[in-house]
Amino acid sequence: MSVFDGLKFRRVYSPIHNLDPRIKFIYVCAIFAAAILFLELLPLIILFLIQVPFVILAGVKHEWLRSMRGAAFLATIIFLTNFIFSFIGAGYIVTPSNLEYAIAMTLRFIVLIESFSVFFLTTSPDHLGLALEQTRIPYEFCFAFTTAVRFVPVLAEEAQTIMDAQKARGLELESGNFLKRIRNYIPILIPLIVSAIRRSLELAEAMESRAWGATENRTNLYVLKMHRGDLVLIAITAGILTVAIYVRLFLGIPSFSDLLGGLF
Amino acid sequence: MIEVKDVYFTYPNSIEALKGVSLTIKNGEFVAIMGENGAGKTTLVKHFNGLLKPTRGSVLVDGVDTTKVSVATLARKVGFVFQNPDHQLFSETVEEELAFALKNFGFKEKTIKRRVTWALNLLGLAQYRKTSPFMLSGGERKRVALASVLAWNPKILILDEPTIGQDYQQKEKLLQFILQMKAQRKTIIIVTHDVEFVAECNPRVLLMRQGRITADGKAQKVLTSPEILTHASIVPPQITQIFLQLSDFGLPKEVIDIYEARQKLLDVLERKAK
Repeated sequence: MSVFDGLKFRRVYSPIHNLDPRIKFIYVCAIFAAAILFLELLPLIILFLIQVPFVILAGVKHEWLRSMRGAAFLATIIFLTNFIFSFIGAGYIVTPSNLEYAIAMTLRFIVLIESFSVFFLTTSPDHLGLALEQTRIPYEFCFAFTTAVRFVPVLAEEAQTIMDAQKARGLELESGNFLKRIRNYIPILIPLIVSAIRRSLELAEAMESRAWGATENRTNLYVLKMHRGDLVLIAITAGILTVAIYVRLFLGIPSFSDLLGGLF
Repeated sequence: MIEVKDVYFTYPNSIEALKGVSLTIKNGEFVAIMGENGAGKTTLVKHFNGLLKPTRGSVLVDGVDTTKVSVATLARKVGFVFQNPDHQLFSETVEEELAFALKNFGFKEKTIKRRVTWALNLLGLAQYRKTSPFMLSGGERKRVALASVLAWNPKILILDEPTIGQDYQQKEKLLQFILQMKAQRKTIIIVTHDVEFVAECNPRVLLMRQGRITADGKAQKVLTSPEILTHASIVPPQITQIFLQLSDFGLPKEVIDIYEARQKLLDVLERKAK
């Protein structure tokens, strides 16, 4: 569950928290796009390092590190599959370039997780809903989205309680062969699904009783406004994208082995 | 016997829920753990069957350190009924629900059948044998959850908030049932906010506040001392409130039992009449 920890919002105030969520989202998408543009290690390292000041400025180092640790397992799998396939592709030899390729692919995944983690750690679900609404997305969709986001930690906690309750009845999750292990999760999944359905029905009733959808044109108590910090972030985002596209199209990117080869 | 030795527990989100708890619960004892929300009651009892392991200190169940054995092994001895039955019910019929734990513990088919029937009868659920647990009412689901734990006849029984959502009659049945278990020398531990229910059972009461035990003693002593109770955000039982107000008339303060209260009042009235 530690991957989810990196997506859980905590109410703290920092320059990053105060940024307009829409701009932050554009920034995340830009990083995302830039990461997809490159297969080489060097630019991906740069993209990785660009995020670090954001994390430090937002004061969410602790949570962020935890989500990175949560992603470590998937990262290892990505590294191994890439490495093994390029190993086979290169004719069963380890070359510096295919090792570099595998590391780059892993780092690309980490950059994606990293930027999303920063976004979710510094954006409250309310803010997110507000941002969606004020980009004129129909309110039904905004509401569904924010509700889904908000219930992720609730569901995770509930899953933990259910696991405890079944373990207390002698269920051993880690026992038996592969099929048995999957079957072991049935006593966890059924109560989880049933209670999720029950909760959604209750939520629907609560919404009805609070006059959901009574007016066509909703107004908001808080209106998102752009500040100086947002303009700075736009500039940074545009800068990153321009440089990334320029480098991709017009410059050759030296690989690490080339660089090291040049040194010696 | 459960021995808790200077236990500290910190959740992964760095909330320290237990701050140095020590206590011993002997075989056959009946203990009620009370205290404000977030005092650490559920955290403490989750240590008794190994669901949580102490960050510091140790918990011994019948001399066995809970960190050395699996939850499933401990569960055979320590039955734990969770607060919300919906967190455990998943089978197609009530019968299968009760058999689940027995299968986990590797009981024989014949024994399982006998135990299931026994537990169903004990809690008055025999007519629901083939019903889906999801079709039952809240109170009935709670009883199914209780029956599913009782079925394997654990030596120690932990009930988390057993009286929530139960009407008076069901509470009375629960009380009778607990007394019956007590007569069989079972250890019973309940976590509850229900002062009146505790007053009726008169167990040993542990009061908790902010991860520490603040009072430990007979219900008659703990629940009649206003200083201790306000500290733990608990209101004394109604009968005690009356007797605390009437102490000027030479009535005792330590009264939680209705029959005792009646007797004491009659004594005073008789004395006045003479």
